[in-house]
Amino acid sequence: MPRETGQPIAAPPKGAQSTGARSLHRFANPGRFLRMTGRLMPWLWALALAVTAWGTVWALGIAPADWQQGETVRIMYVHVPMAWLAMGGYLGLGILSVMSLIWRHPLADLAARELSPVGAAVTALCLATGSLWGKPMWGTWWVWDARLTSVLVLFFLWLGHAALVRAFDEADRGARAGAILALVGLVNLPIVKFSVDWWNTLHQPASVTRLNAPGMHVDMLYPLLVCALGFSLLFGAVVLARTRAAVMERRVRALETARARRAEAAPVG
Amino acid sequence: MTRKRRRLWILLLCAIGVGSATALTLTAFQDNIVFFRSPSDIMAERPAPERSFRLGGLVEAGSVQREEAAAGARPTVRFRVTDGAHAIPVTYQGVLPDLFREGQGVVTAGRFGLDGMFRATEVLARHDETYMPPEVADALKRAGHWQPEQGTPPPAATWNTLQPARTGSGS
Repeated sequence: MPRETGQPIAAPPKGAQSTGARSLHRFANPGRFLRMTGRLMPWLWALALAVTAWGTVWALGIAPADWQQGETVRIMYVHVPMAWLAMGGYLGLGILSVMSLIWRHPLADLAARELSPVGAAVTALCLATGSLWGKPMWGTWWVWDARLTSVLVLFFLWLGHAALVRAFDEADRGARAGAILALVGLVNLPIVKFSVDWWNTLHQPASVTRLNAPGMHVDMLYPLLVCALGFSLLFGAVVLARTRAAVMERRVRALETARARRAEAAPVG
Repeated sequence: MTRKRRRLWILLLCAIGVGSATALTLTAFQDNIVFFRSPSDIMAERPAPERSFRLGGLVEAGSVQREEAAAGARPTVRFRVTDGAHAIPVTYQGVLPDLFREGQGVVTAGRFGLDGMFRATEVLARHDETYMPPEVADALKRAGHWQPEQGTPPPAATWNTLQPARTGSGS
């Protein structure tokens, strides 16, 4: 008996090679990902929190009020970065989906799965802050103009992706379906961006189109850019941390499966 | 290798397909997607009196007339909405948004009366894409570069780095 328990402990690398060889091979790359991001994470968190704190204090405390919107303009320092992240994040989801569909990159599947709930959260924040800003300025919480409607569609795409990749028993099929949904939804991105230029909307056109000619005073622009950088770093840190956790979860599951297989095989032998 | 190449091509073809289908749909529904119509659009194609639609533009300088309301009634305001080429008279009974002023963008919903007056049931303020501190706006007005009643501010490059002397506490 002691011999029997001793054998499996020595065996795992070999035993896993026969049954879980493919899965271990697939995690060769994620292993490097874990090592590299493991060293990066503390610095990323520290930088993200520092820049966010700096931007928040500057935007909410030091930056001037707007000449006609007054203090309400400070909603912009949250609203605009969230809108940029909602769109930039979705572009990232599109890239991950291409990597998943063409190169079958397993890490891309995991990252996409972990990205979409965070993307849905920032899009929801963008919509909520926009609504809170719209009521005092425009005189309405919500209108069905092209910009607001297309961002709502973006929110549903995020939610739909998050739900779809989790709706399959087989993770690979869920990832495939999610990637296709994400790529189809990519057509919405230029619609969100250019809706304010292509059609009449209640929402105003973009203020920060080119950095050298923003329709915004630099005293407001700089805190906005710092806020955007801080929230982006925070977004990246959250997504990376989630992806790392997902990789580790997969590994634990693969090891458990391998152990269960061995336990099954042991009585026979 | 070839399989990856093939998947890449399929994806590209699908992208072209989905993209052009979306572009065609959006072009076809162009008229339904616009949130409001400008005075020039209305002049070109005048809607029937019973049809309600949204009219958007700038509140014409010097056109706002507030009528004293009877006790308990909502105040009535008359103004003209212009896009530079044409202007349409509007009357509205109700509470205006804080941002409403001459020279401000507005979107009004309502319908034409038989007298050619647009009777609005809702007035929304439409903010423009410029943001400036009060000191900068004051400096532009003092220098005569900009009268907010006349409409949009001068090009951003002329003021977005302006640093007028801050007066008072200026938090």
